[in-house]
Amino acid sequence: MATNMELLSLGVAEARDRLAAKDITAVELTDAYLGAMAETRDLNIYVTETPDRARADAAAADARIQSGDAAPLTGMPIALKDLFCTEGVRTTASSRILGAFAPPYESTVSAQLKAAGTVLLGKTNLDEFAMGSSTTTSAFGPTLNPWRADGDNRPRSPGGSSGGSAAAVAAGAAIAAIGTDTGGSIRQPAAFCGVVGLKPTYGRCSRWGVVAFASSLDQPGPITRSVRDAALVLTGMSGHDSKDSTSVPRPAPDFEAELSQGVKGLRVGVPKEYRVDDMPAEIDAVWRRGVEMAKAAGAEIVEVSLPMTKSALPAYYIVAPAEASANLARYDGVRYGDRVEGEDLIGMYGATRGQGFGAEVRRRVLIGTYVLSAGYYDAYYKKAQRVRTLISRDFDAAFQNVDVLLTPTTPGPAFAVGEKEDDPIAMYLNDVFTVPASLAGLPAISVPAGLNDKGLPLGLHVIGRAFEEGPMLRLAQAIEDAAAFDLRPRLAAEAGR
Amino acid sequence: MSQADQTIQGRDGPWELVIGLETHAQVVSQAKLFSGASAAFGGEPNAHVSFLDAGMPGMLPVVNEVCVEAAVKTGFALNAQINLVSIFDRKNYFYPDLPLGYQISQFSDPIVGQGWLDIETETSGPKRIGVTRLHLEMDAGKSIHDRDPYRSYIDLNRAGVGLMEIVTDPDIQSADEAAAYVTKLRSILRYLGVCDGNMEEGSLRCDVNLSVRRPGGPLGTRTEIKNVNSIRFIREAIAYEAERQVEVLEAGGEVFQETRLFDPNTGETRSMRSKEESHDYRYFPDPDLPPLVLEEATVARLKAEMPELPDAKRARFVAELGLSDYDADVLTADRESAAYFEAAANGGDAKLVANWVMGEVFGRLNKDGGDIAAAPVPPEELGALVEMVQADKISGRQAKEAFEFMWTEGKSAADVVAERGLAQISDDGAIAALVDQAIAANPDKVEEFKAGKTKLIGFFVGQVMKASQGKANPKSVNALLQERLNG
Repeated sequence: MATNMELLSLGVAEARDRLAAKDITAVELTDAYLGAMAETRDLNIYVTETPDRARADAAAADARIQSGDAAPLTGMPIALKDLFCTEGVRTTASSRILGAFAPPYESTVSAQLKAAGTVLLGKTNLDEFAMGSSTTTSAFGPTLNPWRADGDNRPRSPGGSSGGSAAAVAAGAAIAAIGTDTGGSIRQPAAFCGVVGLKPTYGRCSRWGVVAFASSLDQPGPITRSVRDAALVLTGMSGHDSKDSTSVPRPAPDFEAELSQGVKGLRVGVPKEYRVDDMPAEIDAVWRRGVEMAKAAGAEIVEVSLPMTKSALPAYYIVAPAEASANLARYDGVRYGDRVEGEDLIGMYGATRGQGFGAEVRRRVLIGTYVLSAGYYDAYYKKAQRVRTLISRDFDAAFQNVDVLLTPTTPGPAFAVGEKEDDPIAMYLNDVFTVPASLAGLPAISVPAGLNDKGLPLGLHVIGRAFEEGPMLRLAQAIEDAAAFDLRPRLAAEAGR
Repeated sequence: MSQADQTIQGRDGPWELVIGLETHAQVVSQAKLFSGASAAFGGEPNAHVSFLDAGMPGMLPVVNEVCVEAAVKTGFALNAQINLVSIFDRKNYFYPDLPLGYQISQFSDPIVGQGWLDIETETSGPKRIGVTRLHLEMDAGKSIHDRDPYRSYIDLNRAGVGLMEIVTDPDIQSADEAAAYVTKLRSILRYLGVCDGNMEEGSLRCDVNLSVRRPGGPLGTRTEIKNVNSIRFIREAIAYEAERQVEVLEAGGEVFQETRLFDPNTGETRSMRSKEESHDYRYFPDPDLPPLVLEEATVARLKAEMPELPDAKRARFVAELGLSDYDADVLTADRESAAYFEAAANGGDAKLVANWVMGEVFGRLNKDGGDIAAAPVPPEELGALVEMVQADKISGRQAKEAFEFMWTEGKSAADVVAERGLAQISDDGAIAALVDQAIAANPDKVEEFKAGKTKLIGFFVGQVMKASQGKANPKSVNALLQERLNG
């Protein structure tokens, strides 16, 4: 019988093979993860743990494997960002306003994963309503990054908003986790936590049943330990959903199969505008290393230009809050969630929303309301949409000459918890490399490329053409192979912290 | 006709009305505009509510094609431009019966653009009313304020039901014209089967935008009277509001741009909210819904499926069936009556059938209530009955008697005529015998007739009809009597 240590060291692809060989069972694997979850509780990864459900799922998975009816993801103990509605399981969006809300329905993505036989370990922490890059705006307190810098024991942020999901995978508290990405919410935490984070093409995975932040940008995706695992999980969560009008009617490809094709002859674009003036040396260095790795693997490097890059972040911070201001209007205390009574109707709205939403959510609702207001709409929202169109055109032009783009994921490594709390703009700058692909709806992946000189992970970012995740995954695989990044953070339990 | 006919008289001179109507027509469909929930009227409160209608987290809208097709058909009927690409926008405001916190509507790019509708009134004659646009939007739920002194109740059955908002240009100048427009529009919607036109249940309701000005003068400030739900109320609201504005202006006051409510109990309008209190709706394209793109082929198919509309039908009834303008008007006022008439006429004497439909059938329906489409006498049977009259098989009086039995007993014309022995005696032999009897029994009257008192023919006809129990064909009786008495 495999030891817990052994079980926890398996990725999705390996676990699939071992389960198929009946070498291990889903129940064993799940028990190991339930143990790991208990041991990493100091990181505040999970908002809700679902051990009973996990054990029942695992038993069902074993029965399915026994009957020869297993899917590739059957028996995988996974975590879901607490933004996915789960039938009968509390769903919070890490906000106070939803109270004890337990949806009477299951999101399409989590239903697909459930149907594939995955095991639900629990719901992970996030920035409230996915608004943030640190997982510190959660009503349930911050999640901590399992990584610490050498000689600096301050707890680090796992990034956000899918910080709980990224930390879960990094800390070995889930074999894989599902996040959502609006402007970088899968990729930035993946980079901060030294794991793989993939944002699919907008429309690839259904948004039905995912608590909305910014509808034109939100996209569910996997966070995993390897590129292969990301490919596997992505296949399991993709596909057309007639309940989501923005879901694209395309079948889910076998992304794992595409990995074997390698990157020989792949044209990799390096956008010069991403080389920002004050780019930290370590980021510049990791980017150069990435270029060398791609070259060494047989890819062709092409410098490209994306002139609108610098306008992406301001456009994003208009479009996303605008959509959010409407998407969050339904949390009014009338039908579900926590109501705070007031003098009259307006008073009830004010008290419910004022007390139910945290500061960052209130800030974005205000920004969004402002940019849509009469007299400001053209100057802000409309202009931002025009910028968005131009950004898409930039990418279209670049993709005439290259197959994928390679950039850093973040402008720096994981920051200490509390470090950027007082400066929202500095916090928003975390998304500077990830936001352009979001605005254009393109698939992008962050893959760990190594550690900085303080021992913190850094990520490289590969952007693909719409609905062409394959070449993007191939380059990510080549980087993963070359970087040979198989480091795991020293966990508190192991290190005796 | 001149515009002067439409002005209203103030204390110091005439005023002209400038009216535009926004009509909300609930689309007839099984499901709501964006959710799969039933769009049926009534039901237990909150019985027809999907998770989307209730504004639950993560729920997404998917447009109902039935509603889209209804909008396109209505667009054709309004002679309007069909926009192959249109956009759904979010109209943002907070209210407890609006669970999403926004209404999904169409703002800058509606599905149907400019068109027109021809109306006719006694005062101003025929007139073309411009249609600005038609767009699709979802309805809100219902707030119930009168059940509890401290709380309001919410019924979301109506929340999310598909509406077509049809907006006119400010071309309407009187209550008569407004009433004619709504009547015509309602008839067209019912012909198309896209809206049941039931104003009492709120499936058709009007917002009236009204201002007054001196004839030819600059436009005045308008007010908007919300949710007027009958044609009579539209007339009353316009009459009251126009008078009110004239009084205010003539007293040196100012009309404020505001939203007003019409109170059917008092016949008055009263202020609901001023422009200052009006919402900034912060319209923007709904990111959950891609632009609505219509295929050319779909539009062509819908055009081909268009039924004959009232104007065309009326013209055909006059030109081809020889009906009077009045009869054609009455019979085409709604699709069911026209269909009934056409099925009854079916190649027979259209004018005679028209008289029967408008006389007997409408009369009975008025008395008994009910729907012409489900009349106890189906149109084919009415046709058969009228044909018997025409063929002299029964008299008009007998036909009316037969109709009565057909209506109450649900029997066919042939069965009723046979069972009741209503068939007219047209057999000259049988009639001749009765005629001879009558002559033989009244020798004194025969003498008088022969002496010149020819009016007595009526007496003899009466005798024969009486003897035949009313079944003898009066024409034959008359002819035979003349022959015998004068012979």
